[in-house]
Amino acid sequence: MRAVITVVGKDCVGILAEVSNACARNNVNISEVSQSILQDMFCMIMMADISKCAIPFAEFKAQLESKSEQLGLSIHVMHEDIFNSMHRI
Amino acid sequence: MINTKDILETITMIQDEHLDIRTTTMGISLLDCCDSDADRACEKIYEKITRSAENLVKVGCDIENEYGIPIINKRISVTPISMILASTRGGDPIKFAKTLERAASTVGVNFIGGYSALVQKGFAAGDEALIRSIPEALSVTDHVCSSVNIGSTKAGINMDAVRMMGKVVREAAELTADRHCIGAAKLVVFCNAPEDNPFMAGAFHGVGEADRIINVGVSGPGVVRAALEKAGNCNITEIADIIKKTAFKITRMGQLVANEASRRLGVDFGIVDLSLAPTPAVGDSVAHILEEMGLECCGGYGTTAALALLNDAVKKGGVMASSHVGGLSGAFIPVSEDAGMISATKCGCLTLEKLEAMTAVCSVGLDMIVVPGDTSSDIISAMIADEAAIGMVNSKTTAVRVIPAIGKNVGDELEFGGLLGSGPVMNINKYSPAKFIARGGRIPAPLQSLKN
Repeated sequence: MRAVITVVGKDCVGILAEVSNACARNNVNISEVSQSILQDMFCMIMMADISKCAIPFAEFKAQLESKSEQLGLSIHVMHEDIFNSMHRI
Repeated sequence: MINTKDILETITMIQDEHLDIRTTTMGISLLDCCDSDADRACEKIYEKITRSAENLVKVGCDIENEYGIPIINKRISVTPISMILASTRGGDPIKFAKTLERAASTVGVNFIGGYSALVQKGFAAGDEALIRSIPEALSVTDHVCSSVNIGSTKAGINMDAVRMMGKVVREAAELTADRHCIGAAKLVVFCNAPEDNPFMAGAFHGVGEADRIINVGVSGPGVVRAALEKAGNCNITEIADIIKKTAFKITRMGQLVANEASRRLGVDFGIVDLSLAPTPAVGDSVAHILEEMGLECCGGYGTTAALALLNDAVKKGGVMASSHVGGLSGAFIPVSEDAGMISATKCGCLTLEKLEAMTAVCSVGLDMIVVPGDTSSDIISAMIADEAAIGMVNSKTTAVRVIPAIGKNVGDELEFGGLLGSGPVMNINKYSPAKFIARGGRIPAPLQSLKN
């Protein structure tokens, strides 16, 4: 199962490190990363393989999303199927 | 990899535009719970509901968490209780209402629907007793919802039932006058009631349905409005296309949730109901979509045309996105549950007469409308008859959910709270239909019914 991690907000030092660290700690492999900066707004999208995640998905999601406040960003972790079903026929 | 723009669009829909799955409803047949002893029947009902829906709320929450899409309600619909009541000898219907309430509390659902009777052509055993007990049943329970089907295109309109329902609606409000007349808000009177509707208060599990089934109702008026706003100054054809594309995306999400819920619960998938269901939250209003199309205020001339376009485009977009479509499917126009409708009513632009016209082209009918506390039962019956006639002739579902605000008048308001919102008391026409309603009998089925 793959999850889509999105990070949107004001650019600052260490965003990538924070998110990828959390993934590594929980044995989540990041398979793809795309990132762009639009008018100071940082926008990163990661595809992550969570099939071997060391903790339950809900917990992993809560862990990452809890960093939202600390970094002043908005972080979402969602199952990739929601995007596939909505945007692909 | 999925396109960045698409990913951000989905997240914006959920975060900012109130996209959600309005309800995952499990339909449960109670036909195998019939028993000549009412207490034993109630025991069987409690056991079957709590066993079947044991994991319904948990699975809903898991899907919500995993996919990041809010599922607002988890609900249950059951076989119309009048049918179970028919097999018991002299059983007190209230026992059944209390059993449903107890089962709903045990499994933790928001509502349980099916305290219902289908009397479009006449009353069978159990029907009259159940209908007479509705006001008390709704006043002694919190989660039980009730509906009565009094007409259909095939059968015509049962005017004896119409007369009865005017009194039942009034009494339901009177018995709960201390709780903003909430009883009447949990009661729907239908013509052409669908048997797989996941939405409350009108959900029940039809007799042609499987033993257990999962039906999902989507939502998303905010998403449609935002898409139209982004499109700017385009013509009506383009508006219809934008609504179709948006409805397609919304429905795909509903289909995904329905498939997942069905797989995890081991219960067959029934239908996705393609409805635009508003909530009182700002930015989640059907009225605001109509205004986005270019009306100064919902209720003015042009409203019926705009709603007809919206209703049709939602179905066209949604129907390809789901393998089975059913329920009510269309745009809802519940006054108290829609911030735009509430303000249009308050400013005097949206009247009851206009709402009646709108019900000819929307998915349901006169919904969540607060009327003065001194409205007679005859007038309520006549409103029901008018709505049922629109449904009967146009081969569509229509419904009446009006709430007489006991002790209040035009200018006052009822506060239901939560998704039911708040409703200003609307002005009504007070000329008496009493003699017409007192006649009883049946309105014959229209020519439209003779399709064979």
